[in-house]
Amino acid sequence: MDNQIKNIFIAGVGGQGVLLASELLSEAAIVSGYDVKKSEVHGMSQRGGVVSSHVRIGKKVFSPIIPYGQADIILSFEQAEGLGAIDWLSPTGKMVISSTRLVPPSANFGKLSYPEDPVAEIRKRTDNVILVDAEKMALELGNIRLVNTILLAVASPFIGFERNVWEEAIKKLVKPKYVDLNLKAFSQGYELAGSEVKA
Amino acid sequence: MKELLSGNEAVARGAFEAGVKLAAAYPGTPSTEILENIAARFPSIYAEWSPNEKVAFEVGIGGSMGGGRSLVTMKHVGVNVAADPLMTFAYTGVNAGFVFVSADDPEMHSSQNEQDNRFFAKFAQIPLLEPSDSQESKDMVRTAMEISEEFDTPVMLRMTTRISHSKSVVELNDPVEVSHKQFDRDVAKYVMLPAHARLRHTKVVERLAKLAEYAENSPLNRIEDYGTKIGIITGGISYQYVKEIMPDTDVFKIGFGFPLPLKKIKKFVEAHERVLVVEELEPHYEEIIRAAGMTSVRGKEFFGREGELSPRRVAEGMHKAGILEKAPEIGFKPAELFPRPPVLCPGCPHRGMFTVLKKLKATVTGDIGCYTLGTVEPLGALHTCICMGASIGNAIGMEKVNGSKEPVVAVLGDSTFLHSGITGLMDAVYNKSNITTIIADNRITAMTGGQQTPATGYTLMGEETQSVDFVKLVEALGVESVRTIDPLNYEETLAVMKEEMARPGPSVVITTRPCVLMPRRVMDVPYEVILEDCNGCSACFRIGCPAIFPSKELAKGKFPKAEIDATHCTGCTLCAQICRPEAIVMKQPAEKVK
Ligand SMILES: Cc1ncc(C[n+]2csc(CCOP(=O)(O)OP(=O)(O)O)c2C)c(N)n1
Repeated sequence: MDNQIKNIFIAGVGGQGVLLASELLSEAAIVSGYDVKKSEVHGMSQRGGVVSSHVRIGKKVFSPIIPYGQADIILSFEQAEGLGAIDWLSPTGKMVISSTRLVPPSANFGKLSYPEDPVAEIRKRTDNVILVDAEKMALELGNIRLVNTILLAVASPFIGFERNVWEEAIKKLVKPKYVDLNLKAFSQGYELAGSEVKA
Repeated sequence: MKELLSGNEAVARGAFEAGVKLAAAYPGTPSTEILENIAARFPSIYAEWSPNEKVAFEVGIGGSMGGGRSLVTMKHVGVNVAADPLMTFAYTGVNAGFVFVSADDPEMHSSQNEQDNRFFAKFAQIPLLEPSDSQESKDMVRTAMEISEEFDTPVMLRMTTRISHSKSVVELNDPVEVSHKQFDRDVAKYVMLPAHARLRHTKVVERLAKLAEYAENSPLNRIEDYGTKIGIITGGISYQYVKEIMPDTDVFKIGFGFPLPLKKIKKFVEAHERVLVVEELEPHYEEIIRAAGMTSVRGKEFFGREGELSPRRVAEGMHKAGILEKAPEIGFKPAELFPRPPVLCPGCPHRGMFTVLKKLKATVTGDIGCYTLGTVEPLGALHTCICMGASIGNAIGMEKVNGSKEPVVAVLGDSTFLHSGITGLMDAVYNKSNITTIIADNRITAMTGGQQTPATGYTLMGEETQSVDFVKLVEALGVESVRTIDPLNYEETLAVMKEEMARPGPSVVITTRPCVLMPRRVMDVPYEVILEDCNGCSACFRIGCPAIFPSKELAKGKFPKAEIDATHCTGCTLCAQICRPEAIVMKQPAEKVK
């Protein structure tokens, strides 16, 4: 990762664990010896609003927010939020997105309805998309809230720290009760990523 | 040791390292986590939630007078509330160090305005420190304490949302030892009678001159010299954006934002062909610098005075100014943003109250809290919101000009009522206003994440304490009709509100149901819709519950029936109570197991 700054944009909805994912990422970066800044807006997140986090990793980072259109990776825990964040992605950047669709009630009454197929819309703009059925994987593991860890694991090879660094971060930051489950989720995501990298 | 800290966590740590004895605040985004962190991590500091910012400020003044270093924190609009003690404390000066944090919210992520509180420092003629990351946030608390004691002045530490809520790496230090200072009954200093105040005003003017000298040599103002012809003057978060866009351009970084080091700035300006100011919101530096005769210095015309800056906005401004040749590139075409407006949670007690107010077509003056969301369609039952505590005064004024034919209802939360609603209600009684006030008592300060209040029975430090009895308090103000209701009991709420709105004179209705999220998450057995019985009337849609959504199944071939998302439904029963065909029932336990 030499002199370059890695910009990771994490998008989701209140309750999906965006902040935990950005904490894990930052922790992994610090342990690996990098400077980190992260920034998020979460004023109304508890009430089903959008949550996004910017994480920037490098030798020396200035702005805590990613320059617009320069995210190397977007991790989106939700389809429409991934599409909503597409303009933050750099032309060479990669979108790692969960199949999750969260349709708020306002979408049923408001003027704008939930987009038909957000991932197709994203693919119209870039081929650099990894769609992960993270919701299914998480449910199979027994907890929908694992979507964040799975996605992070899928993206981890593109971010580039040692696997054990990620695992240590999970052990440090996740509630003890959920550590094992998260490690399992990470491991599944990581294997999936392995097959993606080869493909 | 190094740690990744948010700006707010760093201020808390800074207070600890600076030997702070007392910290007081009223919660408000983006400042809230400072006191929460102090209370959770540094038990050596006495920390309290005060009922409002004015009281917090006054407690801090007392702490300083009493001889312990004191920190007071608030969001930007909180400084308006605390402005009265601030303006005069600026005259008396301190005993032990006194620092207050103003956490501004450019872009109004969670605020009703985006006022630039750097003007308050100039207004009160006190020093202003502006951190640009977490490390500086921590270190500046200590520096500010030292400046406060050296110059006998309160000091303002001005944060912004991006500083408060961004995390960056911080090198920790050990706490300093500060000795306790005796309170000296120096009435000429502390009793602001006109004769004393005149003398103190002279001191304020002299102090400002000394502070300006200090600013010239303060390491908080530094020049980063790369030998370029262009020079940028910047501070706070804007500094980071400038460095991001133009890392090798000469920068005058301001950390001591008032009074400005004008001599040093003048040299910088003279040494460059062109100098621009990059600052968020108002032209605070720019006006002072230009007023000092450096009229070639420009800024706002390129960068704008609304909302947050960003690396992109700085790059655009630089392009506009002709400094960057290329405009920032545009990447992928943005998609139409799909809105997720904040809504009242499923099971929120405020929903029952607004459902009734909507039914009664009442004019509702609102206030600030979760219940402000009662304004969002389909509820659409709250019609004004200015600042904390304004609802009652607004209602009185409306009633006085319109007469009582169209009843006006004021709605405010428990925390807001204690913050600044009591005086409004006193006015309603005193001046015989025919309004109905609803105190939506959900037993917590929900909007800002669940802080205790003087009515919840606990302090910030987790001790049990007395709690305000709203009924007795309101009766003592002279309100003759005080009723308590469960706002999720639709018929009862409707009946009580009808009576109270018709009743002459001021009346008060207190709702008693606690918040569904805090301090405990309430999850009763969820409800479901028996689709055969649903007639598609849409009454349940109109209460705006996020757990209710239109079914694919249509009634009479065109109106969608309703369904309930069992994972979100808390079993509050409001929808079931208003469902005419009684199609909404408690979910069967067998279903639940499945
Ligand atoms: C002067 C001022 N201080 C603080 C705030 C931040 N703030 C907004 S709403 C609120 C309190 C809301 O609590 P309450 O009235 O109990 O309503 P709830 O959210 O619990 O429904 C606070 C502290 C503000 N807007 N203005």
